[in-house]
Amino acid sequence: MKDLDRISSAASLAAGRRPSPEAAPTAARRLAYLKERVIESLLFLAAFSSVAITLGIVGTLIYESSTFFAHVPLWDFLTDTLWTPLFASPRFGIVPLIAGTLVTTAVALMVALPIGTVVAIYLSEFAPPTLREIVKPTLELLSAVPTVVYGYFALQFMSPLLQKLIPGLPTFNMLSAGVVMGIMIIPYVSSLSEDAMRAVPMALREGAYALGANKIVTALRVVYPAALSGIVSSYILAISRAIGETMIVAIAAGMQPNLTLDPREPAATITAFIVQVSLGDLPHGSIGYQSIFAAGITLFLLTLVFNILGYVLRRRFREVY
Amino acid sequence: MSDFRRIIAKRKRQDFVFNIVGIVCTLVGIVTLGALLFNLLSDGLARLDWTFLTSFPSRFAARAGILSSWVGTLLIMFVTACAAVPLGVAAGVYLEEYARRNWVTNLIEINIANLAGVPSIIYGLMALGLLVYQFRLGQSILTGGLTLAFLILPIVIVATREALRTIPQGIREAAYALGSTKWQVVRHHLLPYSVGGTMTGIIIALSRAIGETAPLITIGALTFIAFLPPSPVKSAPPFVSSEWLFSPFSVLPIQMFNWVSRPDQDFVVNAAGAGLVLIIVTLSLNAVAILIRYRVRKRIKW
Amino acid sequence: MAEAKMDRQDRTRGGRAEERTRTPVAVQQSDARVAASHPATKAEVQSLNFFYGKLQALKDINIAFPSNRVTAIIGPSGCGKSTLLRCFNRIHDLYPDTRYEGRITLQPSGVNIIDPATDPVEMRMRIGMVFQKPNAFPKSIFENVAFGLRLLGEKRSVIEEKAERALRSAALWDEVKDRLKESAYALSGGQQQRLCIARALATDPEMLLFDEPTSALDPIATARIEELILTLKEQVTIIIVTHNMQQAARVSDDTAFLYLGELVEFSRTTKMFENPSNKLTEEYITGHFG
Repeated sequence: MKDLDRISSAASLAAGRRPSPEAAPTAARRLAYLKERVIESLLFLAAFSSVAITLGIVGTLIYESSTFFAHVPLWDFLTDTLWTPLFASPRFGIVPLIAGTLVTTAVALMVALPIGTVVAIYLSEFAPPTLREIVKPTLELLSAVPTVVYGYFALQFMSPLLQKLIPGLPTFNMLSAGVVMGIMIIPYVSSLSEDAMRAVPMALREGAYALGANKIVTALRVVYPAALSGIVSSYILAISRAIGETMIVAIAAGMQPNLTLDPREPAATITAFIVQVSLGDLPHGSIGYQSIFAAGITLFLLTLVFNILGYVLRRRFREVY
Repeated sequence: MSDFRRIIAKRKRQDFVFNIVGIVCTLVGIVTLGALLFNLLSDGLARLDWTFLTSFPSRFAARAGILSSWVGTLLIMFVTACAAVPLGVAAGVYLEEYARRNWVTNLIEINIANLAGVPSIIYGLMALGLLVYQFRLGQSILTGGLTLAFLILPIVIVATREALRTIPQGIREAAYALGSTKWQVVRHHLLPYSVGGTMTGIIIALSRAIGETAPLITIGALTFIAFLPPSPVKSAPPFVSSEWLFSPFSVLPIQMFNWVSRPDQDFVVNAAGAGLVLIIVTLSLNAVAILIRYRVRKRIKW
Repeated sequence: MAEAKMDRQDRTRGGRAEERTRTPVAVQQSDARVAASHPATKAEVQSLNFFYGKLQALKDINIAFPSNRVTAIIGPSGCGKSTLLRCFNRIHDLYPDTRYEGRITLQPSGVNIIDPATDPVEMRMRIGMVFQKPNAFPKSIFENVAFGLRLLGEKRSVIEEKAERALRSAALWDEVKDRLKESAYALSGGQQQRLCIARALATDPEMLLFDEPTSALDPIATARIEELILTLKEQVTIIIVTHNMQQAARVSDDTAFLYLGELVEFSRTTKMFENPSNKLTEEYITGHFG
């Protein structure tokens, strides 16, 4: 039987006949391939939707604020110190809103960065593993609480508490909003920094311990610098999050634009302003409507800068290990 | 030699001190969480009763309830899930299994990373300009649902990709070696094996969406609404209607925001009640997600 | 004498059918001799080159794999044995930057496996593979074996019958017949590997490729699988890649020795291990390197 196979195949090759039809795709195979290509295209479109959404965001912001900037000179927008777009004689200086955003962000970062870093070092280098397993998800719960609930907490609990410590503190102030926002942001810093520190190979630590170093020195001098790009990217994520926060500041810091660097005063952030205007009547195309897009594009550019920075740093961090 | 001992003692003290500092800092977050829950409970627990859940908001604090808001939340979440889940899972499958390393793939991945960091209110602004006015979808449940779907899309995509990554390459090779096409591998193997991890991510994404306030305010969700959207089920043919999609709405976090912003302290209690409902729902969803993740890890050990 | 030398040359270069068919008479004469000492060829590798990007992993490989025999491919790490094996079912296609040159002709159909026009999915249905690490699906034992059959769209009764047949061929039926619905991961490593063999056998493949199938298993499981391979060769042509020379000596009829992507020697196993033609082969076999 095998000899016959050999002879026949030898003969057919000698006769120069083409290979059998299995090599050529049948109609059924072609249909199956078509189906595969269609499915792949649909999946690609789904993935490409992310690009479409970005285009939608950028396009809308540019389009809607272009009418604004047709009326309002960019120089005024950037340098005027009053933001009163809904007044009879409106002023369009974004500076008070930026000041409000920066001050609340600064307060939040002064809470979140030190505490978050210390927690990260503690969990990564000091805490027993069981404690880490319990604490890490619990802290992550902090970021799961809706921000409107945090706003309530800031207004109803934190503000009265701070009023006892700081006499004369108004009910609405950037301090309580900032502090609560900072606490909310702690897990962003602690979780990511801890991941970065855990990724540092044991071998580096062992080098330090072998020289007689204690834990804190190893943590600060060896682990922290080695994990720096991951840690810094977590800081940048925190900054970006704080800049974009809306409800906590809208509820607890008040919604009146106020150019000041004193956190004990109330002020409006860019985000709070957008909320305030949206709560009222917004005829399409009115100057009030346009002003929120101008504020929005400013906010978008601010966070974009930090997001790009953070992305670049995260890529570098992943490449190292 | 005693120098040596002194240095060692000092180092040990440093470690001891830092241990304390570390524990204190960790407690800051946990104590705050506890204080927040306690605050909410003490302010609002008394207010939680059946009438609260089934009444419309009102000018009178004692009579105001969250009926329209939680119904609105439910409907919005339905639209959000229907939009975000298929889109996000499909995108995740494409990026993980089909995409080649070229500039288009890089562009898509950069976009997803960027979108995850865009403040939620910006999504509201986009939806206002694009969906409400350009596409004329109005200030409706459909708009709200789509806005939140875009917001949580990056989370769903990342969750899907992570879940797919846990499947070992050997399983894919075995399936291909038996003559599966790519889609057959995805459909018969990758999706079923990764469903647990993906589900976890989706539930966490939805729990985030439930608490979102700013984007919905921006698209014009109402803060005072004393009626429910029309029912999707009708008694006359064709028996289902899509009217509800285009109805105005409110959601629970907006209702809470509205009440907490009032100077009248009576409404604070209502706000606390609404906040409690919100927290209970959010924490339960997170708990369900963690439970699913735990069960899946036990079932399939690669 | 001349024919014997020609036979040996054919073996190391891969016999080309064209060269032997000068006249029909010549065909009959030489094929009679061929039939006596050379069984029919199942797969002919001709001038095969393989590239991972710019790196050439296989250089001008020519081997005729005999039908219904076990052929082992041995060589030190990195010599290209697995790379060669994975050409047969086009598994390289799944990864970017891979390139084939040359032919692998599957007999009796004459199809060139690595021709881009050839459908890799179809090749994989006709040629099965068993991997180094058992990769059973997280499904039930039955569903694992049935999967290939479901891909072919077989009816339920056919699936059940063929699955049982495959499990018997893989010497696993008696151990699992009462628990077909249990998870495959409840089986031991050796059992899972036999399950993977059953899974590959279920669709009646023409060839079975084994990629170091026992390197992750204990000696007892290894012995059972080697026994199994010896029984299976009556059904299918088998190519086994192994880094264990003793395994090659135990299990295979013919052996190919690869070194740095080139074929050094290809001959009957007994000859290769007792009296290798090539010095390099001798050094490898006696443990001078690798």
